[in-house]
Amino acid sequence: MEHIIIIGNGISGVTVARHIRKLSDKKITIVSAETDYFFSRTALMYVYMGHMKFEHTQPYESWFWEKNNITLKKGFVKHIETATKTLEFAEGDSLKYDKLIIATGSKPNKFGWPGQDLKGVSGLYHKQDLENVEQYAPNNKVCKRAVIVGGGLIGIELAEMLSSRGIPVTFLVREKSFWNGVLPDGESGMINRHIKNHHIDLRLGFNLKEIKSDENGQVSSIIITETGEEIPCNYVGLTAGVSPNIDFIKTSDIELGRGVKVNRFLETSVEDVYAIGDCAEQRDGGIDQRRPIEAVWYTGRMMGETLAQTICGNRIQYKPGHWFNSAKFLDIEYQTYGWVFAKPRENEAHFHWKHEDDTKCITVCYDTTTNLFLGINTFGIRMRHEVFDRWLTEQKDVNYVMDHLAEANFDPEFFKHFEKDILNAFKNNLITA
Amino acid sequence: MGTIQRNMSLTGDASDHLNTLQKIGTIIGFGGLAIIVLSLFNNFENNGLWLTISLLAIASGIILYARGLYMDKLQGIKNHGVWFKSISSRGFLGWIAGILLTGFYIILYFFAELLGLGQGVDGSNTGIVGLFDPLSRLLSGNPASQWFVYGTLYTVAILAFGIKFLMKYKHNRYEQLRTLSVMFFQTAFAFVIPELMARLNSDTFSLPYNDLKLMWPLNYYAFEQWRVDQFINAQTIGLFFLILAILIVFVVSPFLTYKYGKRWYCSWVCGCGGLAETAGDSFRQLSDKSMSAWKLERWMINAVLVFSVVMTVATISTYLGYDPNKYWFTKNVFLTSVAVFLTAVFAGVAYWKRKELKKDALTGAIGFYALTIGFIVLIAFIDLSQIKIDAANLSFGLNTKVYAGDAALRSFYAFGIGSIFSGVIGTGFYPILGNRVWCRMGCPMAGILGIQQRLFSKFRITTNGGQCISCGNCSTYCEQGIDVRAYAQKGENIVRSSCVGCGVCSAVCPRGVLKLENGPLEGRIDANQVLLGNDVDLMDLVNNKN
Ligand SMILES: Cc1cc2nc3c(=O)[nH]c(=O)nc-3n(C[C@H](O)[C@H](O)[C@H](O)COP(=O)(O)OP(=O)(O)OC[C@H]3O[C@@H](n4cnc5c(N)ncnc54)[C@H](O)[C@@H]3O)c2cc1C
Ligand code: SF4
Ligand code: SF4
Repeated sequence: MEHIIIIGNGISGVTVARHIRKLSDKKITIVSAETDYFFSRTALMYVYMGHMKFEHTQPYESWFWEKNNITLKKGFVKHIETATKTLEFAEGDSLKYDKLIIATGSKPNKFGWPGQDLKGVSGLYHKQDLENVEQYAPNNKVCKRAVIVGGGLIGIELAEMLSSRGIPVTFLVREKSFWNGVLPDGESGMINRHIKNHHIDLRLGFNLKEIKSDENGQVSSIIITETGEEIPCNYVGLTAGVSPNIDFIKTSDIELGRGVKVNRFLETSVEDVYAIGDCAEQRDGGIDQRRPIEAVWYTGRMMGETLAQTICGNRIQYKPGHWFNSAKFLDIEYQTYGWVFAKPRENEAHFHWKHEDDTKCITVCYDTTTNLFLGINTFGIRMRHEVFDRWLTEQKDVNYVMDHLAEANFDPEFFKHFEKDILNAFKNNLITA
Repeated sequence: MGTIQRNMSLTGDASDHLNTLQKIGTIIGFGGLAIIVLSLFNNFENNGLWLTISLLAIASGIILYARGLYMDKLQGIKNHGVWFKSISSRGFLGWIAGILLTGFYIILYFFAELLGLGQGVDGSNTGIVGLFDPLSRLLSGNPASQWFVYGTLYTVAILAFGIKFLMKYKHNRYEQLRTLSVMFFQTAFAFVIPELMARLNSDTFSLPYNDLKLMWPLNYYAFEQWRVDQFINAQTIGLFFLILAILIVFVVSPFLTYKYGKRWYCSWVCGCGGLAETAGDSFRQLSDKSMSAWKLERWMINAVLVFSVVMTVATISTYLGYDPNKYWFTKNVFLTSVAVFLTAVFAGVAYWKRKELKKDALTGAIGFYALTIGFIVLIAFIDLSQIKIDAANLSFGLNTKVYAGDAALRSFYAFGIGSIFSGVIGTGFYPILGNRVWCRMGCPMAGILGIQQRLFSKFRITTNGGQCISCGNCSTYCEQGIDVRAYAQKGENIVRSSCVGCGVCSAVCPRGVLKLENGPLEGRIDANQVLLGNDVDLMDLVNNKN
């Protein structure tokens, strides 16, 4: 029986395994060095904040794997020998595969800052990182202040986590406004204010120069590049993005770029070796307007769903549909469908509406020549994925979308609706513009 | 993991001590409780005054505490530290609270004289029950009973913790409205109106205590002879209530459940649900989500339902049997019509819903149906009232009477289901098993509404395409132990008989994935193999092939 080995028990590895099992009775082994069972990385913050226990982050009960005849192996792969189709483990043993799927995810970026490997410095990606935060920032007596470096989606989660335990947080963000490389000004500005309302010391436009240590090799302060200011702290979170977790593959003959290079079929340069999820890099550049490396939950899952078909004899391309994503900034939920870039590109315009309470807003992007609806960002108002997906496929124009916005509303029953305000603002906007 | 500050607070910020307002609230609230406890040992001069002070102190203590907790928080989800706090994570305080509550229920149900019931001169009340006399007199004109004490405390708890809940969910109008609704129904329907109606009673006219929203089979004594007789004897108005009760069970309830799901009752009206959602809110995360708990639930709740149907049928048929001329129909007509009715319902479901029923569900349904019909046939042939049963053998000696067969059935139900399950375990174990064990595992009303919700209702929880990140907040905070995530991460709608529509899964979801709504029956349950967000070809391919 064909033996499929998957390195990585994250969302992409587990999805491909589940779907291969649905389609076939091949022998499946999932290898991971991180945890015994699949857990949801996206929920790490809730464990620290006390909303959940770690076991709640595991989507399947432990009998699930045996029942579905999926073997789990804990171990760290240190070398892939493609000639003999063998995995070598750091623990000394080895395993033979017929087909190999690399789904090793990401690791936090470190940009060579002095002091970046001190005790009390960590990213937030693996379960071990969470244990680090727990050790060095358990409460506001042990940790008098924490500094977070890098203003992205993980940075803000870490900031929320630490302040949930009453730890004062200084948040260093390189951009002049939070996540402004992705979010348009109006939204980014609203999030800046929301962060400050949570008593987080948000420092916009600042970079980290170095991290200083005390006599025990533990972090004691950081220095800001621009001002030279020294901020005493007991924990530093490095959240300046992630990159593919592929160092151990460098000794093999699989072609690497920033990630594992794959074609549209998710095949690597070596036969019978595939890569999916955060660690895969599209060799011909991003699909559609996507990036070559897509480090999000959904794309990992979709790659897994696609690759299972190929592995089971129905070779198909990875063709993701319309882009969507979501996140939460402290108390404000964010969803996006289609494409809204930070600045309108050529022949594009943004319509922005913000509620006076400063916690809800939307930005709609459309084509100024054809009026085609291109995408929407929504904050504090839930929208229906299915409806926007359909409208994007049907290439609705922006007027249609604005007229029918109520159809896409997904807020709980009895919530206040804002479609009328939004439509009025949109019409006035067209007149004044 | 690590050294999280585990403080001993009732609730509150794990990384922080109780703030001043919370401390004041705690002291005042416990002070109010202390007055009640003191009344056990010391008869106050002025019960009315002390009772007022006590109840006000309990309520304002809870409300002050909640203000301290939520005052300077922005609108949003407030679950910080839930699993660190001793009280809400089955810690030391949780167990203490569980033991105290359980103890209270045992005394209430079986040793009410310890509370002072009828312990004074000429059977007047002393102690705690005596403390509540003035309020009872004010409402119904009669002295208090242990049930009046319980009803009052119950209502105060729903009101005060309801206000706490309103503060916690100030950003969520669904949560606010349904909480206001249970607060209203508890206060008006369960407490004030029936007490006031008792004033109408005289030597020639009397109505049983009638909480209109408490319907059969949750109200398992709804159709017992003394009640039915009282209604019939009270002429027009009594008949009106009797017919209303029957209409609510067989017409109003099915209609509302069809339109809105069982939530219209369980989360908007019901008193048990009301207490669970307010006083029990801090314990919702303790429900068991495992597959084995689900299996137990399906077996248990339907068994209780069968038991309650059989018990009611036996009760009614017994008094129809020995009083054939007093009522409109005879024992045999009654039994036959019940059997015909059940068979028709069962056959209809088995035929029209055969595609929706999984094999194990169908097997279970056939088993429970056969059991019910079997009992009904049995009742037709034997005269239950001739059988004598010694209760001491079954009740650990708590009850030493000897009963006739039908009465034994009733008493056993009242003891096992009505007292032990719904009270001692259902509420006493809040801090251990979560706040809705009774609603999930034991309530026959929930059983009926659940079957209907699963098969004939517009209600579902819609999953928002491919947006789920499998974080698990929804499953953790589902008080009914439904593994909501298991559906959401597959892009499948949640249509489960046990869902009481509390809406908390939707509230706590950080990605806006879940929406409770009523919609058309087609496409209500749609299981996708591949989720939205993928290329349409792949979705077609996989979803249609299977
Ligand atoms: C805090 C946080 C919040 C996030 N929130 C969101 C969100 O809201 N929405 C969203 O879309 N995305 C979010 N993401 C990103 C998302 O979690 C990732 O895109 C996704 O988990 C990647 O899945 P994966 O299966 O590709 O890899 P991973 O989940 O990283 O799994 C890879 C596994 O492989 C193991 N492994 C690696 N190398 C080896 C080796 N040599 N031997 C053995 N095992 C190995 C790793 O230890 C790891 O367990 C978040 C990420 C983090 C960290
Ligand atoms: S599924 Fe959601 S709405 Fe239903 S009971 Fe559970 S938490 Fe409440
Ligand atoms: S809370 Fe929302 S995102 Fe998290 S598992 Fe449930 S449905 Fe998915």
